[in-house]
Amino acid sequence: MSGAWLQFVASGLTAGAIYALVALGFSIVFNASHAINFAQGEFVMIGGMSAVMLLALGLPLPVAVLLAIAAAVLVALVVEKVSIEPARHAGTVTLIIITIGVSLFLRGLAQLVWGKGVFRLPAFSGEQPIEILGATIVPQSLWVFGGAAAAVAALSWFYGRTLLGKAMRATSHNRIAAQLVGIDTRAVLFASFGLAAGLGALGGVLIAPIAFTSYDSGVMLGLKGFAAAMLGGLGSFTGAIAGGLALGLLEGLGAGFLSSAYKDAIAFVVILAVLFFLPGGLLGGRGSERV
Amino acid sequence: MRFIETFRMSWRCSALALAGALIAGGAFAQEPIRIGAFLSVTGPAAFLGDPEQKTLEMYVERINAEGGVLGRKLQLVAYDDGGDAEKARTFAKRLLEQDRVDAIVGGSTTGTTMAAVPLVEAAGTPFVSLAGAVVIIEPAKKWVFKTPHTDRMACEKIFADLQARKLAKVALISGAGGFDKSMRGECMKVAPKYGIEFVADETYGASDTDMTAQLTKIKGSGAQAVLNAGFGQGPAIVTRNYRQVGLALPLYQSHGVASKEYVKLSGPAAEGVRLPAAALLVSDLLAAGDPQKPVVTAYRKSYEDKFKSDVSTFGGHAYDGLMLAVGAIKAAGSTDKAKVRDALEATKGYVGTGGVVNMSASDHMGLDLSAFRMLEVRNGDWTLVK
Repeated sequence: MSGAWLQFVASGLTAGAIYALVALGFSIVFNASHAINFAQGEFVMIGGMSAVMLLALGLPLPVAVLLAIAAAVLVALVVEKVSIEPARHAGTVTLIIITIGVSLFLRGLAQLVWGKGVFRLPAFSGEQPIEILGATIVPQSLWVFGGAAAAVAALSWFYGRTLLGKAMRATSHNRIAAQLVGIDTRAVLFASFGLAAGLGALGGVLIAPIAFTSYDSGVMLGLKGFAAAMLGGLGSFTGAIAGGLALGLLEGLGAGFLSSAYKDAIAFVVILAVLFFLPGGLLGGRGSERV
Repeated sequence: MRFIETFRMSWRCSALALAGALIAGGAFAQEPIRIGAFLSVTGPAAFLGDPEQKTLEMYVERINAEGGVLGRKLQLVAYDDGGDAEKARTFAKRLLEQDRVDAIVGGSTTGTTMAAVPLVEAAGTPFVSLAGAVVIIEPAKKWVFKTPHTDRMACEKIFADLQARKLAKVALISGAGGFDKSMRGECMKVAPKYGIEFVADETYGASDTDMTAQLTKIKGSGAQAVLNAGFGQGPAIVTRNYRQVGLALPLYQSHGVASKEYVKLSGPAAEGVRLPAAALLVSDLLAAGDPQKPVVTAYRKSYEDKFKSDVSTFGGHAYDGLMLAVGAIKAAGSTDKAKVRDALEATKGYVGTGGVVNMSASDHMGLDLSAFRMLEVRNGDWTLVK
């Protein structure tokens, strides 16, 4: 039975790593604009679908993956320029509603461009399952863990060591003060969207071999990522990662020991519980300073 | 009489319908026969509605090019319900009340079909559903017919195969959708008839991306075979996870995933998977004397030539639905709804893509188990199990 237990943990952590990547995207945009970007799931989808398309055009897999991420970043930057930036002085709620509109638009566009089929990327390094103490995982899961870890490492370097990263941190703490010391908060918002989309697209590419991708695959991932970000505390990067992994684990163990019928419900019960009892999330700021 | 009918209609109906009638022919006698359709062209059931809509459009065009039906053109009035039962109800209402269609072919899913059934019954319009579940025709409803095999027949076909392989302990894993639940229920109902015992009963959500937890539980259940009742992308993930957790038992899928997409998504993991399906998928494997061979070959060629994509059984259901409705209108000699309904119920020996249809007052589908072929995936393609 220990094998089964480990299996639940392994599948939970794989899902959790993806939720963490999506949640990080939510937090990045939240820090720059205090808005929740509900189009985040769509960037995950664009990553996966573009990679499938580029691969079908005959490009080698690594090139297709990199170009797919670049494509998602590009789409995000264009979206930010034409829809978010002109409205940046509007209230947070307006921005959120704009992102919902953007997500509907992108989903519709994806349906027109790529059709309604479900697609799959080939696994990056074979499909022979790896057995660990009675549990099995596919090699792609390791790519997901590795990708998520690399993204986190790169992010912490970016925020700790680069000027743009520091500017983004400053903006998240106090936008007016950041402006006063000469930080271009418009550029910060612009860069945040690109960064968040890149992370989402990375997640989309990494899971496309396991979970497939289709024009509407971003909806559920976006919601789960949002739940993870809420659980960890919006705006907190450690919180996003912890929230993602915790949510994945809860789902995996819930499906294994309770009933798989409740798997999706778990994420939404988590959102509600967090909103009721811990509005700041596990690692987010306490009280009303953020609002 | 028809003139008065028409007059009353144009008076009561919107200007749009009047304009449509005028454009179509100018004279009232040339008013087109309206075939209504509500299909799930987008949304989670898009893989059903998309080929269905394409098929209906293609054949309505073709029938019109060949002179129409009873000297009148066919006009297709199609709406996309996005797989949403509430929208399907709205569109069915619009088809019945505003578009005043002569017959409805549609309802891609059981959920959308059942949402429209009460309206169709009240309005008294012949309705040929393209959805799978047995509840649509059982108990038989006066105005409701359907073309696809039922999930009960799929269960029976699978159980007969299990019986032949002397396997009795079966683990069931099904999705959360209407099709999945219905098939699960039907399989549970007919299992005792074939001496089948269920040792596990797992479920997964419609957009779940990992079923290893459920399959791990099945692994420890002592099952001799596994049956996955589901459609969409879920079964492909089940198939891949099945090999991942090292299950080597025979795996059966439902007719719900009888499309090339399933084999493509599952990759090598689909090897050896069996599923019941209509003759359409294996048209080239059928024996030369098979009564369905000419029909399925012709439909398949038309579809694949025109749309450059693989044929699916779902488009075939729409073909059968349209042909049954057109056949009944021809047999009735008019679009009088009661006469068309009676003609539909009296359909005998219609050879379609789904099988040979013999309707009766108690059987509004008219198919038997021979309509199903047991298929096995070998080398990434279907083969016929003898």
